[in-house]
Amino acid sequence: MAEFIQIILSGLAAGSIYALAAVGFTLLWQASQTINFAQGEFVMLPAFFVLVGMTVLGLGLWPSVALALVLSLLVLGVMFKKLVVEPMLPHGTLPLVIATIALGLLLKESVKEFYGATAQPFPPIFPQEVYQVAGASIAAQDIGNLAVSMLAIGGLQLFLTRTRTGRCMQATAQNPAVAEILGVNVKRMVMYTFLINAALATVASVLISPIYLAKFSNGETLGLVAFIAAIVGGFNQIRGALVGGLLIGVIDNISAVYISAQYRSAMPLLLLIAIILFRPQGLLGTSEGRSV
Amino acid sequence: MHRRLIGTAALALALTATQALAELKVGAIVELSGPGAAAGTNFRDGVKMGFEEINAAGGVLGEPITIVEYDSQTDPQVSRALVQKAIDEGVFAIAGTVFSSSTVVNMLVAKQAGIPQFTGSEAPSITGMGNPYIFRTAFGSQKGVPKLAAYLADEMGVKKVAIVWANTEFGKGGHSAFMAQAEKHGFEIVADIPTEQAQADFSADVLKAKNSGADAVFVYLTEEESARFLREAQKQSIGLPLVGETTLIGNKVIELAGDAANGAMGHVGLTPEANVPAMTDMVARFKAKYNYTPDHNAIKGFTAAWTIKCVTELVGKPDSEAIAQKMHGLTLTAAACPGVLLDVTWDDTGEMSRESFFVEVRDGKQTIKAILPPN
Repeated sequence: MAEFIQIILSGLAAGSIYALAAVGFTLLWQASQTINFAQGEFVMLPAFFVLVGMTVLGLGLWPSVALALVLSLLVLGVMFKKLVVEPMLPHGTLPLVIATIALGLLLKESVKEFYGATAQPFPPIFPQEVYQVAGASIAAQDIGNLAVSMLAIGGLQLFLTRTRTGRCMQATAQNPAVAEILGVNVKRMVMYTFLINAALATVASVLISPIYLAKFSNGETLGLVAFIAAIVGGFNQIRGALVGGLLIGVIDNISAVYISAQYRSAMPLLLLIAIILFRPQGLLGTSEGRSV
Repeated sequence: MHRRLIGTAALALALTATQALAELKVGAIVELSGPGAAAGTNFRDGVKMGFEEINAAGGVLGEPITIVEYDSQTDPQVSRALVQKAIDEGVFAIAGTVFSSSTVVNMLVAKQAGIPQFTGSEAPSITGMGNPYIFRTAFGSQKGVPKLAAYLADEMGVKKVAIVWANTEFGKGGHSAFMAQAEKHGFEIVADIPTEQAQADFSADVLKAKNSGADAVFVYLTEEESARFLREAQKQSIGLPLVGETTLIGNKVIELAGDAANGAMGHVGLTPEANVPAMTDMVARFKAKYNYTPDHNAIKGFTAAWTIKCVTELVGKPDSEAIAQKMHGLTLTAAACPGVLLDVTWDDTGEMSRESFFVEVRDGKQTIKAILPPN
């Protein structure tokens, strides 16, 4: 039983971080029909902003995190929208997808070139305490990661449903033309979406880097897992991305312990295939009709 | 007239000979990006420092060495193409690669061209394939693991072992070497856990090892994976001795894992902490030059450079074929060839033999628990 508790908790802690990245996929899809294949690199980059703050500028951890947040909002939010999405969007989805793949490569290679190819230690933001609960070792870091991720996603959900700006963002996502007629500043709402995605990526980066270590290639795994999570949960629902992320995290752990460590990475892909075959809109997603 | 002609011809010949020797090239094909970047960067820096010091002291046969350097990206197929590229550029010897998965592929290219290759890889299969041009710069795991297993059985009284290993050519080598020793020493393998290359999340693996009832966990992963494993083991309070090879307790692992590395134990062929003056001096020079503490891979790279120098001078010319032949059965002493740091012997398969160390990480530093004799 203790083993099972630990498997579930570790899976949820990892899965909650996947969920943060997966939410980014759904947000951008809803706001601008953008599938951002650089999402993994968006989670990788803020960790290096933090390290630059600490090692180059000599700042403490939290001022460096604040610096990373500002830089991420600027680079991954404003610049991404203005320099990549806006010029490419009129050409259709496919050129934009290719542009985000290129952006991902650019970010990865830039970090490799300017910071280094080797993994870097990243300071933990939670105490390294371990608690014994019903025979299971529960790390404060896991609890902290789970709590912060849930708070971030819960806060986002509340913001979107309970505030005027949030409802305007939803209206923009559902039908930008009608939203504009109703007086919503559509461009500003889309910009907010990109900024929120950048902020979530920063939170995910700061949470996951103490475990994964900061490395230029981290985005490859993260991006793929988050993409699968978003599809499994439902690409057009934030709560779907949350469920998808948590599910992938738990399934990964359960399959590694109880089925086969050798085939653990195949399990999320099998789940993805099953979802595409039997419920293509995802577990919590809604069907979308499009005229082509 | 005849005298002038002969004089001109002799001068032309001398100039041609000088020209040929002036272009002494050695290829360094290493993992500068991808999962092997930590190991490859250390190895490359060791090779560079070795040849810079050799060049400053007069070079090889009086000529400077030029290093032709390539990043294999830890990709076996890329490494194969780069070995060919280096050969096409006229190298007479090759240093690298470090990752066994790459070396088993690219060494066939060097073999076909008859170029001696000094690898940092440790998989047993590398020297077990009858390739007369491959030479190690550190023990294969079939040499190191028996020393480690004997220590586990005799000194630590271990009976039950959980094995965590990378499911790669490198990991498979360590795994099979340990399984053979487990049979010899009567260890019961209570958990056998393969992991993926560049795996990031080790929570399930640590949990499985922790609940296996093992007396100790044998960890055979790459440096970055080892660091992640150690962090997770600390997070789950694993409470078991974690033992492994150089890749578990190297300086890069200690830097990445921080406090979590304390208590980890392992066998190392080369360590900056060894009380060997030549090695201590080399480590100090390396730290001053590159501003980080070298690990065993840097020492491998450094000794590769000096081995190439010493064997080339023993042969008397940069003749790849003659160098490969000379290496078989060769012993280089630290007295005659100071850059090899410790006396070392290569057998007819290219495998090496020398003293090694059993170390434990304490307060973020390797401390030597025992000096193990050559086997």
